[in-house]
Amino acid sequence: MFEAVLLTVITAATPLLIAAIGELVVERSGVLNLGVEGMMIMGAVVGFAAANMTGSGTLGILAAILAGIAMAALFGFLVLILVANQVATGLALTILGIGFSGLIGEAFIGVPGLKLPQLYIPGLSDIPFIGPVLFQQDAIVYISFLLVAIVAYTLFRTRLGLVLRAVGDNHGSAHALGYSVIRIRFLAVLFGGACAGLAGAYLSLAYTPQWVENMTAGRGWIALALVVFSSWLPLRVVVGAYLFGAVNVLNLHAQAVEFDIPSQFLSSLPYLATILVLVLISANRRLTLVNTPACLGKPFVPDR
Amino acid sequence: MKTMLKATVAALALAAAGSAANAADVKACYIYVGPVGDFGWSYQHDQGRLAVEEHFGDKVETAYLESVPEGPDAERAIERFAREGCDIIFTTSFGYMNPTIKVAKKFPDVKFEHATGYKTADNVATYNSKFHQGRYIIGQIAAKQSETGVAGYIASFPIPEVVAGINAFLLGAQSVNPDFKLKVVWANTWFDPGKEADAAKALIDQGVDIISQHTDSTAPLQVAQERGMHGFGQASDMIKFAPEAQYTAIIDEWGPYYIERVQEVLDGTWESKSTWAGLKEGHVVMADYTNLPDDVVAMAKETEEKIKGGWEPFTGPITKQDGTVAAEDGVALDDGAILGMNWYVEGVDDKLPQ
Amino acid sequence: MRVELIKRKEQSRKMALLSPLIAIGLTALSAAIIFAISGHNPLLGLYKFFIEPLTQQWSLEATIDKATPLVLIACGLSVCYLSNNWNIGAEGQFIVGALFGSVLPIMFPDFETSATLPLMLVFGAVGGALWALIPAVLKTRFNTNEILTSLMLVYVASLILDYLVRGPWRDPGGYNFPESRLFSDAATLPDIFGGAMSLSTPITFLVAIILAIMLGKTMKGFEIRVMGESPRAGSFAGFSARRLTLFAFALAGALAGLAGTMEVSGALNQLLPTISPGYGFTAIIVAFLGRLNPIGIIVAGFVLALSYIGGEAVQSSLGVSNKIASVIQGLLLFYVLACDTLILYKIRIVSRRASSGEVSHV
Repeated sequence: MFEAVLLTVITAATPLLIAAIGELVVERSGVLNLGVEGMMIMGAVVGFAAANMTGSGTLGILAAILAGIAMAALFGFLVLILVANQVATGLALTILGIGFSGLIGEAFIGVPGLKLPQLYIPGLSDIPFIGPVLFQQDAIVYISFLLVAIVAYTLFRTRLGLVLRAVGDNHGSAHALGYSVIRIRFLAVLFGGACAGLAGAYLSLAYTPQWVENMTAGRGWIALALVVFSSWLPLRVVVGAYLFGAVNVLNLHAQAVEFDIPSQFLSSLPYLATILVLVLISANRRLTLVNTPACLGKPFVPDR
Repeated sequence: MKTMLKATVAALALAAAGSAANAADVKACYIYVGPVGDFGWSYQHDQGRLAVEEHFGDKVETAYLESVPEGPDAERAIERFAREGCDIIFTTSFGYMNPTIKVAKKFPDVKFEHATGYKTADNVATYNSKFHQGRYIIGQIAAKQSETGVAGYIASFPIPEVVAGINAFLLGAQSVNPDFKLKVVWANTWFDPGKEADAAKALIDQGVDIISQHTDSTAPLQVAQERGMHGFGQASDMIKFAPEAQYTAIIDEWGPYYIERVQEVLDGTWESKSTWAGLKEGHVVMADYTNLPDDVVAMAKETEEKIKGGWEPFTGPITKQDGTVAAEDGVALDDGAILGMNWYVEGVDDKLPQ
Repeated sequence: MRVELIKRKEQSRKMALLSPLIAIGLTALSAAIIFAISGHNPLLGLYKFFIEPLTQQWSLEATIDKATPLVLIACGLSVCYLSNNWNIGAEGQFIVGALFGSVLPIMFPDFETSATLPLMLVFGAVGGALWALIPAVLKTRFNTNEILTSLMLVYVASLILDYLVRGPWRDPGGYNFPESRLFSDAATLPDIFGGAMSLSTPITFLVAIILAIMLGKTMKGFEIRVMGESPRAGSFAGFSARRLTLFAFALAGALAGLAGTMEVSGALNQLLPTISPGYGFTAIIVAFLGRLNPIGIIVAGFVLALSYIGGEAVQSSLGVSNKIASVIQGLLLFYVLACDTLILYKIRIVSRRASSGEVSHV
C-alpha cells in the first residue's frame, strides 16, 4: 500500500521537479521566465508527435527538449537582446505555447500514445520495497534525479556555477570582470527551456501517454512556485516537488478512506502551503539574502 | 504600393460579398464548452454535428465554436450565431442555460436547443440522455468480474446526473452481488488527465480492481490497462487506449437526435420539448463487450434488451444510504426523482458532498 | 553579424507612435501566413478577423463589452507595475470582489432598494482590495515575493468560489446544479442607451480618465513613477515604499473587484463555478500593451477584445481553429514588446568583418 502510494507520488512529482530545476537555473542567472507552462505544453505536444511518428520514445524526448529550447530562445531573444519586460514576455510565451500546441496537436487527438518503458535493473529491481520504488521507473524519473545532482554540483562546486550565480547576483560586477552576462543568461534560459520541454514529454509519454489540449493543467505555474518555495536551492526543489505531489495524491486517498472535509479545501492546501513557506523563508532575511539572486528580473544592457 | 492597396481593397470587398452568400436551406450551429479534441463530451457532440453534415449534404450548413467559457463569452457566442443566420443553435453545456434563454428572447425566430438543462421556452428545447441506463449494465459487469467485490468510481461534480450514475452503477452491481461495495473519489474536474490518472491509481491502491469514471479523459482506463485492472469507457469508445482493460463503454450518440431535430426545422415542424432518451432510441449506445467471458456478455446484452424494452433501472426496492425507502418493490422512480437525485443508495462507501 | 543596443538619450517620440503600428503590421502579416498555411484565403481571414467586427453595430458593442473589464483591471495593474509591484493575481481579486459583491443579492435576496446596487459595488471593491492586500502585506512585512503569493491566491480564490457555488450559496431551487440564485432586478447592473451598452463601460471610462489625471498631474502620480524608476531617489524624497505598495495593491484589487462585481451583476446575473474567462491574466497583457498608461490601456483593451471577437468570427465563418486566435494574440504581444525596444534603444547591426565601418542603424 505505502509502496504503491509512493509510486504514484513519484509520477506526480517528476514533471514538477524537472521543470522547476530548469527554472531554478534560469532564476539563478537573474532571469524570471514566467513562460514555463507554455514551454512545457510545447514539449508535451512535440514529444508526443515525434514519438508517434517515429515510434521511438527517445526521439520523442529529444524533440520535446528541442521544442522547449526553441520556445526559450524566443523568450531569450526578446528579454535579453531586445530588453523586453520579462513578466509580460513570459506571459506571452505561455499564451503562444498553449495556442500553438493546440494547433500542432489537432492531428494527434484520440491517438493512443507510446508509453516509455520502465527500466528494469537486474538485482536492484528485485529488492523488496526499495526495488519497485527506486529501480523500476522510466528513464525520465532517473534523468530528473541526475539533473538535480548535476545542477546542485555545478551551481556550488564549479567555476561555471560561480559565474552563473555572480551574473544573477550582480550583473554589473560580473560584466566588469569580463563575463558576458547576456551569453550566460541566454544559455541558462535555454537550459530552462530544455527542462520544461522534458517535463512536458514526461506528461505526454509517461504520466498519461496521450495528447490532449491544455494537458499541463497549470503544472508550469506550480513549478515556478516550487523554485521560490525551495529558496533557489536544488535539493529543496526535490523536497518541494515531492511534497506537492504527495499532497495531491493524498487528497485523493483521503477521500477514498472517508475523510470528511470539503475537497476544495484539500485542493487549496498546496497553494496555501506554498504561501506559508514563502513567508517563512522570506521572513528570515539572512536566508533570503544568501540565496535570492539579487538581480532577478532586472534587465541588463551593457554600457560601452 | 498603390496598386497593392487597390488590390487589397478589391479582395476585401469580394471577400465581404462572398461571405454573405448562403446556399444551404438550414444552418445548424453548435457551441462546445471544451475543445473538439477532448475525445470526450465535446468530441462526441462534434461527431453528432458531422453526422448531420453527412446525412443532409448540401442542404444543411453547420458551424461551431469550441472552448467557449461559460459566462458572458457564451452569451456573445450564441448571439453571434443567431445574427449570422443560424436557424437552429445547439448549446452543449449546462452552464449555457441562462445565456441561451437570454439570447432566445431576443431572437424568437431562431430555434435553440440546450443540452442537460431544465429551462425551456417557446423557441428553446432541452435534451439529455439516460446515461444511467448504461451505468446499470456496467455495474452488473463489474460485480461479475470483480474479485475484490469493490469497485472504484471517479466522479466529477455532485450534480444529480452524476449521483444518479453512481446509484445506477451500484444498483446494477448489487443485482448480481448484494454485498458489492463502491468507493467514490471526487476529482472535481470534468477533464484533467493527470488528476484522473492519479485518482485511478489511488483507488486501485485502496483495493478496487474495477474502475468506472464519470470524467472525460482516457487516463483512468490507461492506468487500469497498465496495472492489469479493468474499466469502462466514458462518452466515446476508448478501446484504442485500453485494448485489454476496457469491458465496454457508454457512448454518447448525439447524431440521431441532431438529424431528427434539423429535419424538423427543414420540414417546419420543430417544436420546443424536453427530450430525455436512452438505449432504446439509440441516444446511448454500449460499445462492443470485450475482454469478458461469454456468460457475462450474455447477461449484459439481456439487461440491455430489457432496458430497451422499457424497463427502468431505478425500480424498487431501493433503499437510501440513510436506511429510508426510496422506492417500494416494483415501483419505478419517476423522471423528476432521477433528474433531481441528491441521495446515495445503500452501499456507497462515501458521503455525498453537500 | 551582431546586434547591439544603444540607449537613446531620451525616449524616441517617433518610435513611440510607430512601434505599435509596426507591431500590428507584423501581426497581420503573420496572421495572413497562418491563414494561408491552414488553407484559407489570407485576405478574407484578415478581413474577418480585424475589420468585419468593426463594421457591425452589435459586434462593435460586443467588443466594447469584452474590453470593459480588461481595461478596468489593467488600469489598476498599471499603478502596481509603474511602482514596481508585480501583482499578477488580478484574476483572484476579480473573483473575490465578485464574491463580496454577491453577498447581498444571494444572502439577502429580499433586500431590494435603490441602495442595493451601489452597496454591492462598494462591497466588491472592498473585497478585491482586501484580497490584494494579502500579498501586499506579506511583501511589506516579510519581504515575500509578491509575484508568487498573488498568483497562488488566484487558485485559492477560485476554489472558494467553487466551494460556495456548489455548497452554501447553491440556488435552493436549482436542482443541485452548481449555480447561485439569479440576482433580483435591484441587484442587476442596468444597460444604458437602450441596451446598447452596460453601465460598466462609462464607469470604466471614468476610472481610466481619473487615473490618467492622477498619474500625470498629481503628486501621487509623481511618487508612483519615481518609486518605480528609482526607489532610492524616492526614499530621499521622503516617499515610503511600504505605503506605496499597500496603496498600489489595494487600488488594483479594488478595481479588479469592482470589475468582478459588475461582471456578475451585469452580464451573468448569478454566480457560476467559473465567472472569468481569464480576465485577470489577459488584463496584464492589456496593461503592458497600453504601456501602463490609462489612455493607452483603453486602446490596448479594445485591440485585445477585437482579437477575441475576431477569433470567434473566423472560427464561426471560416471554420478556423480557435487556437489560431490565441496564437495571434501571443504574436501580437511579442511584436509589441519587441518593437517597444525601439523607443528606448537604437538597434545597431554590426557586421563582424568591418565592425568599425559598416554600421546600419534602425
